[in-house]
Amino acid sequence: MPLIDIDALHKSYGETEVLKGIDLHIKKGEVIALIGKSGSGKSTLLRCINGLEQINGGAISVDGQQLINDEMHLRNLRQKVGMIFQQFNLFPHKTAGENVMLAQQVVKKTSKSDAEAMARKMLDRVGLGDKFDNYPDQLSGGQQQRVAIARALAMEPIALLCDEVTSALDPELVGEVLEVVRELASEGMTLIMVTHEMAFARDVCSRLVFMHQGRIHEMGAPEEVFTNPQTPELRSFIGMSH
Amino acid sequence: MNYQFNFEWIGTYWPVFLAGIWMTTKLIAVGGVVGIAVGTFCAWARSLGPKWLGIIVAVYVELIRNTPFLIQLFFIFFGLPALGLRLTEVQAAMLAMVINLGAYSAEIIRAGIEATPKGQFEAGASLAMSPIQTFRHIVLVPALQKIWPALASQVVIVMLGSAVVSQIAVEDLTFAANFTQSRTFRAFEAYFVSTAIYLGLAILLRFILIQIGHSIFATKRRASR
Amino acid sequence: MSQIGFWDILTNLIFATGWTVLLSIISFIGGGILGLILLFARIGKRKWLQHVVKVYTEVFQGTPLLMQLFLAFFGLGLMGINVSPFLAASVALILWTAAFLVEIWRGCVTAIPKGQWEASASLGMTYVEQMRHIILPQALKLSVPPTVGFSVQVVKGTALTSIIGFVEVTKAGTVLANATFQPFTVYGLVALIYFALCYPLSLSARKLERKLNAAH
Ligand SMILES: Nc1ncnc2c1ncn2[C@@H]1O[C@H](COP(=O)(O)OP(=O)(O)O)[C@@H](O)[C@H]1O
Ligand SMILES: [Mg+2]
Repeated sequence: MPLIDIDALHKSYGETEVLKGIDLHIKKGEVIALIGKSGSGKSTLLRCINGLEQINGGAISVDGQQLINDEMHLRNLRQKVGMIFQQFNLFPHKTAGENVMLAQQVVKKTSKSDAEAMARKMLDRVGLGDKFDNYPDQLSGGQQQRVAIARALAMEPIALLCDEVTSALDPELVGEVLEVVRELASEGMTLIMVTHEMAFARDVCSRLVFMHQGRIHEMGAPEEVFTNPQTPELRSFIGMSH
Repeated sequence: MNYQFNFEWIGTYWPVFLAGIWMTTKLIAVGGVVGIAVGTFCAWARSLGPKWLGIIVAVYVELIRNTPFLIQLFFIFFGLPALGLRLTEVQAAMLAMVINLGAYSAEIIRAGIEATPKGQFEAGASLAMSPIQTFRHIVLVPALQKIWPALASQVVIVMLGSAVVSQIAVEDLTFAANFTQSRTFRAFEAYFVSTAIYLGLAILLRFILIQIGHSIFATKRRASR
Repeated sequence: MSQIGFWDILTNLIFATGWTVLLSIISFIGGGILGLILLFARIGKRKWLQHVVKVYTEVFQGTPLLMQLFLAFFGLGLMGINVSPFLAASVALILWTAAFLVEIWRGCVTAIPKGQWEASASLGMTYVEQMRHIILPQALKLSVPPTVGFSVQVVKGTALTSIIGFVEVTKAGTVLANATFQPFTVYGLVALIYFALCYPLSLSARKLERKLNAAH
């Protein structure tokens, strides 16, 4: 059974239809790269999976559970699916450690000591064990993004959504974040990531999904898609991004 | 509560209210125009003028912003005659409003001037314009445009604040309510009506000011293209 | 009648200033509490409640405080309550202060970037938890300078209560000016007293603002 099931998903903002019928089935442990031009609907798709946007048609289910837009169901869903944002979105009034602890305590009702132990473990995992007491504005962009990853991991999600997690970073900081993502992939985490790092996508992903004008235009194994694109749109996109 | 509201007196007393509205309108027209002019001068003095003038203006601005308008009004009307400056009620009210709005708008306009990129001043200088010419032709209009909504709000605040000039017997809108309630003993109704009129005036004044802003700055932009 | 000297004027004014301070504190605290309640309605999820509070703030910000004082004074009287000027003044000033604080605080809440909402939502927090742990703590920090700044308006606003007969420093000033025929001195002193109350508040608001900006 697929872990994430997306059937005939439609999403509009007012008059403009942004997702025009998406079908996507993702198995446990798959690493999916979403690629496509800016405005093709990649972010919107991720946001729908996380329940940040209300969908206008179709269905999404995660781990056998239908996505329903009420507070209790969303809370359940979001404990299973974590999200990492382009702009990190760390909580500036909390230290790195507190950022990782907060949702465990508030949402999962974990005790403070357990939450702290988990936070230390996760910060260690992303290589920031020594930054527990630093505030976000004392960290570099790359470090902030790694804290954001640790924060999501501490909720023990079964899948992670990553939306251009390196796009806001200075070039020399991209590597450290990609390294963490690569690690997660190798440990079997289910990942759906929007990325412009084509080499990385080719290297790490099990499947590439090319989006164009609100639809999945082409998809397949990375080697296949890169070496033998079927549509002129994908051909020109790959050409563009080299 | 078995009080019967009664608005029948409006039939008799509406001319008093009309006269009051007219007076309030005149006060804010003079206070608004002259006040903004004073504010513009003070803003210039504080951000670009000579240092001694800037200090005087700073003291003026702080004194006005940290004392109630009512006290400023009383000081001007009752206190200044001791220095030989005797004003009529209406003159005193207008002067108080000008001084009050002048201080507040000085701070608002100064913020606009200080947000002007340095390059604008340098461009003016490089065209051999004097500092005053640069201010007048290059800096002022974009600065005003930036802060116009805040300035409009402040003018509305001063208009609403002018309700207290009835305390020195200026026959404004509040005076009309005072007068009416003393004759009809319908205090609540009289103040209710004048409050509603003030609300209408505030909405109208804000609308007019925003329109004025649009027309001034729209034509300037077109002209400068 | 014996001559009223400068020191008599000053001591009388300073005594009356106590009432100005007391009324300011009552208005500020009462307005703060009411403002907080209204804030939750204003930023809450119920559309009609948002509208009610929006109309409330527009009416109280769009009409003279003096009218509100009159209406409180005579309106409470109609409801059969025996109104003292002090009661009417407190009620009107609390309502008026709340209307301004709601808008100031709402501005601080909306100034929190959208990403903070999304990140906390993606971690499974409910609306109340987001407010409690993420949004309000950050908005609170932003709100301190403008709130302190607004307290200056409250202190100055209490001067109008003299008109409905509450004896604070302005009213004491009018009485003394009439009794001594020295309006220049008396109103000058009253102005200085207000300045002494308000200027420190203005200064600290500005300092706090600068500190906040420097932190970012
Ligand atoms: N909140 C919104 N309101 C209206 N239109 C939006 C909104 N968010 C995204 N869009 C539009 O939806 C389309 C897809 O956006 P997005 O999913 O962000 O694309 P991508 O992530 O692929 O660049 C774009 O045309 C964008 O302008
Ligand atoms: Mg995007």
